[in-house]
Amino acid sequence: MPCILPDGNITDSAKRILSAARDNSIEEISGEANLPLFRVRSSIRELLDANLIDEKDGRYSTTEEGKNKL
Amino acid sequence: MDVETKIEEIRMPLLGDKAPDFEAQTSQGTLRLEDFKGSWLVIFSHPADFTPVCTTEFMAFAQLYDEFHKRNCELLGLSVDSVPSHIAWARNIEEKTGVKIPFPIIADGNKEVAKKYGMLHPGESKTETVRATFLIDPEGTLRLILYYPLTTGRNMQEILRCIDALQTSDKYNVATPANWKKGDKVVVPAPIDQESAEARVKEGYECVDWYLCKKELKEE
Repeated sequence: MPCILPDGNITDSAKRILSAARDNSIEEISGEANLPLFRVRSSIRELLDANLIDEKDGRYSTTEEGKNKL
Repeated sequence: MDVETKIEEIRMPLLGDKAPDFEAQTSQGTLRLEDFKGSWLVIFSHPADFTPVCTTEFMAFAQLYDEFHKRNCELLGLSVDSVPSHIAWARNIEEKTGVKIPFPIIADGNKEVAKKYGMLHPGESKTETVRATFLIDPEGTLRLILYYPLTTGRNMQEILRCIDALQTSDKYNVATPANWKKGDKVVVPAPIDQESAEARVKEGYECVDWYLCKKELKEE
């Protein structure tokens, strides 16, 4: 269940993660998005690669590009 | 005629080892072992999708998914089938039985993970993974390994019981006797010297003799 679909759109779980990423830790995002930690960790890797999310000191925020996907 | 014998030496993981790292395609995206850090994890292999015993096992794991979660434990299946096969099988199980498969399944077509974990037993099957079960603790250490042959489905209650036993041992520094289940008396660790052997008989434990004493656990 990759986050980013072949047509460039993102999955519902990726949208939940991006919506929850407001300078939050992975644990906080997991709770808010109601997704298991392992799913959040793997999805965040993909979202970081796609520049849809930013990380600073272990906290994650959705980029402008990421907000445009919501 | 030259005969080339290819010997592939793979050390099977043992209890107490760090669980082998992997990055694998699964039915829920690309996952690494490190993604499960902080949780207990059951990695279990099955011979093939769309086969009868495996289907009963997947349904049994799915039906106990909440019980595993209550114990901070995730589930991760594995076979050499592809991601589309895993997805089709999970959808078929849900359609035919109403049981949703909520956990990811590794598509280990190149057998990379299976080799690292010793899930391939050529005497049992040349091509398929056996029914191997690995319980990994939140620090990534292998704590339990179970192997079942292709014809014998696993007992998921036994896996849950082992998780309870290991978590109890870790928390209270005790051991668990044969057929122990949560709530039963636990075994007090063996005394390390004569003084502690003599002292323990005065502790009020239920002792057969100085080397076998049990006690009730006061759960926090």
